[in-house]
Amino acid sequence: MNPALEVTGARVRLGQVEALRGASLTVRPGEVVGLVGPNGAGKTTLLRAALGLVRLEAGSARLGGREVAALADLQRAALAAYLPQERRVGWNLPAWRIASLGAASRPPARAREAAMQALARVGMTDQAHRGVLDLSGGERARVLFARLLAAGAPLLAADEPAAGLDPDAQLLALELLREEAQAGRAVVATLHDLALAARACDRLVVIAGGATVADGPPWQALSPGVLAEVFGLEGELIATERGPVLASRRLPHRVA
Amino acid sequence: MSALRLNAPLLAGLLLLGLLGLALGETPLGPDSYLRGLRPGTPEAQILWDIRAPRVAAAAVVGAALGLAGAVMQGLLRNPLADPGVLGVSAGAGLGAALAISAGLAALPGGVEAAALAAALATGALLTGLAARFREPETLILFGVALSAFAGALTSLIFNLSPSPIATSEILAWLLGSVANRDWGDLARAALPMLAGAGLCLYAGRGLVMLTLGEEAAALSGLPMARLRAAAVAGAALLTGAAVAMAGIIGFVGLAAPHLVRAAAGADPARSLTPSALAGAALLVGADLAGRLIPTDQELKLGVVTALFGAPLFALIAWRAARSWRG
Repeated sequence: MNPALEVTGARVRLGQVEALRGASLTVRPGEVVGLVGPNGAGKTTLLRAALGLVRLEAGSARLGGREVAALADLQRAALAAYLPQERRVGWNLPAWRIASLGAASRPPARAREAAMQALARVGMTDQAHRGVLDLSGGERARVLFARLLAAGAPLLAADEPAAGLDPDAQLLALELLREEAQAGRAVVATLHDLALAARACDRLVVIAGGATVADGPPWQALSPGVLAEVFGLEGELIATERGPVLASRRLPHRVA
Repeated sequence: MSALRLNAPLLAGLLLLGLLGLALGETPLGPDSYLRGLRPGTPEAQILWDIRAPRVAAAAVVGAALGLAGAVMQGLLRNPLADPGVLGVSAGAGLGAALAISAGLAALPGGVEAAALAAALATGALLTGLAARFREPETLILFGVALSAFAGALTSLIFNLSPSPIATSEILAWLLGSVANRDWGDLARAALPMLAGAGLCLYAGRGLVMLTLGEEAAALSGLPMARLRAAAVAGAALLTGAAVAMAGIIGFVGLAAPHLVRAAAGADPARSLTPSALAGAALLVGADLAGRLIPTDQELKLGVVTALFGAPLFALIAWRAARSWRG
């Protein structure tokens, strides 16, 4: 079976900056992959490259085994759904309408049904008819997350799905991504909270300086060596009954 | 609210204003003269069908074009302040007209209009290219400001260098905007760009809804966004260019029409397209009627009327709509 997403040796230049220098990422159906790395490491660029939103200078990006640059708009939408980091919404559409935009290729009634189901999963049923700009930032983030779920695509790519959410909503978002993976979909998410990433993901891919520097099960990918070299942290992941915690302090010679 | 429940009253209002525009004017007509006007060949028929009717039709067509182009621009740029002039197409068309007048083309029938439309199309083609390359609305708006300023500067340069005050006042009068003395030939010449522009704008509608989520989410929605964006820019440019070519530069209608209908049509930019066109048409037919009925020595120019009434009205709409603009 083809991986849902496969990027190998990606090189991307954004203006003068070499944002990716040979980054690789593979996501298979049924798994939740976390993309972690320091600010500016290239996590978002890697996701965008995987989805064909930026041009590769070298390397390849495939969705469902097919070169992403060669896919038509509809084919690409059938293979992947994307939650960008950008949470700005242009017009004050009702929450259900925003969520239904995730299922735009389906007939309106079906799209609305998918939207209402997705809103129920993120706990926003009561707010379904409120204008999305009248909601709080966190509520809006839930609605946009519901749009991702409503797509029903075989690959879900989420850029910082936990950002701006309450602690319980962060866990809920990652539980929902887990449910999607259990339903046979492939899930990749960039995450800032390393302990959350370790808790929620089957595998972590660590990006630094535009390249993949570690790829494996959380405890292996976030080894004390990686924590020190990539994140400037002296510390380790510690397993507790209620999930992993990161015990660390900032290494004094690095400026975060 | 269903589309029909909003569009039907707008259409009724437009028809009512159109009938008033036909019935009222400089030459007072009694009830019997309207009856005589129904018979071809009478002087009354000439006033009604060759002077007033094309004028009302021109106002309606230009208003509809500006309203539709304004709604498309606001949707494309996700900006409630956008109007048909925001990308510099109006200023480009104005420059084309000014060039044509100063070159003496006003003597040819349709010469100035053709020059204005050609300049608008050139500006529109440039913008369509820019929009394909730069996807962020802010970038497009900045280009539009630059294009507007440059076209405005060149128009000022023509004023500056113009040897004859007659040409200068002719350019100024043209730029102030009017639908007086339009004939059916003018309308027929504008039909093709108007229809093409409207078609492109309506086609782009479903893309505008998706753009509310931003360029990147829209790019993965499955819609052919590159084509829809190009259609929106090209369609709005065609409509604006044809409107300026027919009536000069008329402000506020394209800005105000989408806001007037937004409360009833909802925030969905695709659903506000047809209502905005109808509202724009009604606004401009009404403004032209007001310009004719207000007793002044010189008939008020349409662009002056829309700005005089439009600006305060727009401030009022802005005040009431401020809530729905957040974000």
